[in-house]
Amino acid sequence: MTNRERRNLRTGLLFILPWILGFAMFIAYPLGASVYFSLCDYSVLKPPVYVGSANYEELATDPVFWQSMGNTFFFAAIFLPLATALAIALALLLNTGVRGMTIYRTIFFLPSLTPMVALGILWMWMLNGEYGVVNHALNYLLRPFGVEAPTWLQSTTWAKPAIVLMSLWGVGYAVVIYLAALQDVPVQLYEAADLDGARWSSKIWHITLPLLSPAIFFNVVMGLITALQIFALPYVLTNGAGGPGRSTTFYTMYLYNCAFRYLRMGYACAMAWILFLIILGLTLIIHRASRRHVFYAGG
Amino acid sequence: MPAVDDAKSNRAFAGKRRTAASSLAIHVVLLCVSLLFLFPLAWMISTSLKPLDQTMRMPPEWLPDPIQWKNYVEAVHYIPFFTYARNTLIIAVLGTLGTVLSSAIVAYGFSRVEWKGRNTAFIVLLATMMVPFPVTMVPMYAVFRLLHWIGTYRPLWVPAWFGASAFNVFLLRQFFLTIPRDLSDAACIDGCSEVGIFWRVVAPLSRPALAVIALFHFLYCWNDFLGPLIYLINQDTFTLALGLQFYQSRQGGTPWNLLMAASTLVVTPIIALFFFTQRTFIQGITMSGLKG
Repeated sequence: MTNRERRNLRTGLLFILPWILGFAMFIAYPLGASVYFSLCDYSVLKPPVYVGSANYEELATDPVFWQSMGNTFFFAAIFLPLATALAIALALLLNTGVRGMTIYRTIFFLPSLTPMVALGILWMWMLNGEYGVVNHALNYLLRPFGVEAPTWLQSTTWAKPAIVLMSLWGVGYAVVIYLAALQDVPVQLYEAADLDGARWSSKIWHITLPLLSPAIFFNVVMGLITALQIFALPYVLTNGAGGPGRSTTFYTMYLYNCAFRYLRMGYACAMAWILFLIILGLTLIIHRASRRHVFYAGG
Repeated sequence: MPAVDDAKSNRAFAGKRRTAASSLAIHVVLLCVSLLFLFPLAWMISTSLKPLDQTMRMPPEWLPDPIQWKNYVEAVHYIPFFTYARNTLIIAVLGTLGTVLSSAIVAYGFSRVEWKGRNTAFIVLLATMMVPFPVTMVPMYAVFRLLHWIGTYRPLWVPAWFGASAFNVFLLRQFFLTIPRDLSDAACIDGCSEVGIFWRVVAPLSRPALAVIALFHFLYCWNDFLGPLIYLINQDTFTLALGLQFYQSRQGGTPWNLLMAASTLVVTPIIALFFFTQRTFIQGITMSGLKG
């Protein structure tokens, strides 16, 4: 190593020193400790007691654990495709050179700024069984057909769809990302397609979507990671209870309750590691699948 | 010949009419969707100004009658709004300062200084983005408990001073890489130290990117629920998000007009901030979405 190299190494390490400390304190140590705690009976009030794989074995037969996992996957499986389709559709409409595009974009974006707690409370009011404005409108439309509007958050069937609906209201963030990606698509490609007499549908299918695929990939992965960790919204809606029944007990909510309500920190750590592995696995699968379908212009 | 001309003009006309019709259709769709997106916010504001008995009238009445401004006066007492706003601001300001400073310093080390092992370290940094919060949640709580920090604001802002957000470091590094090397070299020849180059050349040129990070972290602090829920114990230390939830869940027979007034008060500053910084916002989202 020359003098210069040595000096550069010292300078570089000095600059990233805050991160090295932060990494050690807030990532490396907690990760290690979390593996160990997951093998312990640990209430945080007393030192952890090693119990081997007992937590994991108990999880395998814990019905609430499985239900929370089912709820979470149900939510993600419905929310992600709907959100992706809606966001892309809105971005495509905004990208048609329509007048007032920035105003529409602002309108779509505003709800995604709403803090989850305010969002939850607002929708509780709108979906209220007695005085809710949504059901008033729905009943007006549905009554002639002899159908009653669902009771949303009071119903084990409709509580999760209600949460999907609320989450879709915040789709504007993704719209902005897709729109920016769309604006990067070279106009020449469309002009060439026009010369060849391509219809709009084939232009979307053969030009727009392939060029949009990196943004779609990114959004789907990030969306999956956030959807699997959904917490604040159902917590606010049910004050942490996850009702009615256990229909809105989502994975992270159960994990939180295990850790901080029942003080079963070791059990919660085991849950957290399972979640981590699931997220890693799914991300890898999407990554694999994307290799064939995601098109990176210019490498 | 006239026939050809006719056909031509017809086609041109048809084309024009189609675009006019389709652009009208696009506007109609966009307007309908806009109404759906705006309605909840409008309903929140409308409810917040209604007398309590009017909120429970069926069919619902669209506009408050009479407009009851005193709901807001009551709401700021019903939820100790100013205390919570102050608490939120303390966490948000301290955290934002820390995030901007530490992310910039770390990103500088990852982009403007060449050193052995930089790429390996950077891959480790990127990998930390994959770790979900629940995995580190319990051990962090245990550490903060040992430090007697539970119930204080420290767990909520101190980590920000250690480049804890890998994403921000990544974003800034990408930005720093676009600043021409020659500027640093010129400053170097003028006798500027590495710290001087960072502070006088790179940081001032990166203001837009720094603004994005500051804005997003501020927003994150304002909206964060899980962090305050874990670490804050005393009611008078609650943040707005936590406080709003607390009051909502505590009251039986919720006075919806007051809750909506309080919610409006929590949402409004963020929306105002957005309107003042719209360009930075949109830029930031684009940056985070495309180059991620």
